[in-house]
Amino acid sequence: MTTLTKTEGSPATTGSDSFLSVRDLFVHFTTEDGIVKAVDGLSFDLERGQTLGIVGESGSGKSVTNLSILGLHNKKSTSIDGEILLDGKELVNATESEMERLRGNKMAMIFQDSLTALSPYYTVGRQISEPFRKHTGASKKEARDRAIEMLTKVGIPHAKQRVDDYPHQFSGGMRQRAMIAMSLVCNPSLLIADEPTTALDVTVQAQILDLLKDLQQEFGSAIVMITHDLGVVANMADDILVMYAGRAVERGSVREVLKAPQHPYTWGLLGSMPRLSGDVDEPLLPIPGSPPSLLNPPTGCAFHPRCAFTDKVPGDACATERPVLPTGRAAACHLSAEQKQQVYIETIQPRLG
Amino acid sequence: MTEKSTTPTAVAATVPEPRDAAESGTPLMSVRGLKKHFPIKGGFPIKRTVGAVKAVDGLDFDVFAGESLGLVGESGCGKSTTGRLLTRLHEPSAGTISYRGKDISKANRRQMAPIRSEIQMIFQDPYASLNPRQTVGKIISGPMEINDIDPPGGREARVRELLEIVGLNPEHYNRFPHEFSGGQRQRIGVARAVALQPKLIIADEPVSALDVSIQAQVVNLLQEVQREMGIAFVFIAHDLAVVRHFSQRVAVMYLGKIVEIADRDSLYTRPRHPYTHALLSAVPDADIDADKKERIRLEGDVPSPISPPSGCRFRTRCWKAQDKCATEEPPLVHIEGNRQGHLTACHFPEDPTVERDKEIVMDPALAALEEAHQAAAEGQETGKSQG
Repeated sequence: MTTLTKTEGSPATTGSDSFLSVRDLFVHFTTEDGIVKAVDGLSFDLERGQTLGIVGESGSGKSVTNLSILGLHNKKSTSIDGEILLDGKELVNATESEMERLRGNKMAMIFQDSLTALSPYYTVGRQISEPFRKHTGASKKEARDRAIEMLTKVGIPHAKQRVDDYPHQFSGGMRQRAMIAMSLVCNPSLLIADEPTTALDVTVQAQILDLLKDLQQEFGSAIVMITHDLGVVANMADDILVMYAGRAVERGSVREVLKAPQHPYTWGLLGSMPRLSGDVDEPLLPIPGSPPSLLNPPTGCAFHPRCAFTDKVPGDACATERPVLPTGRAAACHLSAEQKQQVYIETIQPRLG
Repeated sequence: MTEKSTTPTAVAATVPEPRDAAESGTPLMSVRGLKKHFPIKGGFPIKRTVGAVKAVDGLDFDVFAGESLGLVGESGCGKSTTGRLLTRLHEPSAGTISYRGKDISKANRRQMAPIRSEIQMIFQDPYASLNPRQTVGKIISGPMEINDIDPPGGREARVRELLEIVGLNPEHYNRFPHEFSGGQRQRIGVARAVALQPKLIIADEPVSALDVSIQAQVVNLLQEVQREMGIAFVFIAHDLAVVRHFSQRVAVMYLGKIVEIADRDSLYTRPRHPYTHALLSAVPDADIDADKKERIRLEGDVPSPISPPSGCRFRTRCWKAQDKCATEEPPLVHIEGNRQGHLTACHFPEDPTVERDKEIVMDPALAALEEAHQAAAEGQETGKSQG
């Protein structure tokens, strides 16, 4: 199993001086059926004020990565290996009290389902002011004023009255706004948004995405945006990391990944997605099969059982050898650079319209 | 690998010619004034009806044989309730549903029985819509059993044939639903729906629970089934791009009403209703080089269907709203300059284009933040020029 432990090349920058830096991260869960390799050797970097979009299907390890950055995984059944550096501070081996000082303060998270993420027992105002009081030592009165200020900022009408409402009295879009207010209350420098708009309607999604973008400009936070929607990352992100079966398969700027994708899985994602301006008579180009089980991922390249281009690679490298993700703008694939370009231009691009 | 790609020949060989192609002049199903109000009970000790959720509040539309009609709208606009009314899973509160010229909205069980086999449904959640205690064979042959249909060659042979049509391995006849992935389960749902060769399928968000790559597989399958068998679809979804891909005609719903209905091309390139404009503007585009359209950002969420706004229901979030909108409900009519069959319910329709020259930001928080940024940027610039 030497191929599995082979590390991925580091991203473009030298890494040590970037704000968030993840190196060779392995997250394995012990379950009754065996070890689930949820994240399997992942590296990425994120600068202040930048947005990284992590794209992948369910079970690709994108959420687990971010739960382990925040230290929210179940420590009994999880083994984490590798390095997570936030502003030079190592998080993998940090103690619980150190993590508590960082969570909600320097780094915060926005969850997908605001109804389950907010406690039904406490008022929205109290939930927003709690991290603020804990981290700044503010009085009840100051914290309440701060909660009202944040609610106004995220666009809750009549914030002075609504601060005493319970989450069930808010609509879905308002709850998501309240959660954004809660995550930003201590001016965190890292914000992790895990599918923040998936449960929302399009018109509300558009409001929330714009709001996040505007607030990022104001607070200067770095954002990790986890999503399966390529339209959302195209709107929000500066860089994209495409994940498949716990590994990064492609990395690059938004333009590079969406305009000149190099990995067959990224081609598949783009081809699966109907567009508002596409040709309606062309059938979609789905990826055959379904995502693999992480209990027993395929050997070599995890995507090879679903890949249409394995015959272009000499020998059976796809099935035996795990492709490495090289440094910088790159894709983890055995196809040569010329082959990738040729396939993309000849067969994929014309059908994307 | 348990899934196989559906070959067109497999479909063609097993299915008779598309039926009723000649009937396209008269609608297969026609809906007039359809309403569904769910009562709200309250009070103690005697429960009384204290109000009603007006989930569907007066719909008029036709579905023609062999076509696909898309129903789009945000959550709570009544699109799923409409689907359930069409299949009589809900009893309508008012209005008529005519199927091939016969009103079925008040038909009793016995009168409905022969019609039920012609109108089938595909559900959103492939986990909840298959009985976990039945094998795939039993699930798919269920409709044949209930309707006492014995296809030539026997039911089992027909089920295996259907499994092949939807791209599953016929040998999985004896497996249970839990042995399949989400996409495969949805294929089983499709096989069950087409088992009796229906004339109309109501598909309620058939792909929204699936991953992107699997979604495309199921959309392609449904499209093949529709074309090969000539089945009419009412395709309910919230994803505008998927609906555009699948449906020849599209109806946009808002708070229990249709606000605009048109052929695909008109609706997506020459919409007239402000809400349609807002919806299209809100869809995030994966093409970063696409011409930047000016944005429309509505304020807040959809109002409650318990007490919808008077007059035009969209007026509370509309940038063109005037006094007339609050007092007079706009009828769903043909507006001059539109194509035949393009109906819009608006007093002050927008220009028929998706281009617009200025942004519309109704959201006060967004407007405030953006103003502050602009002021800061300008301040910096003047500071620089002075320095």
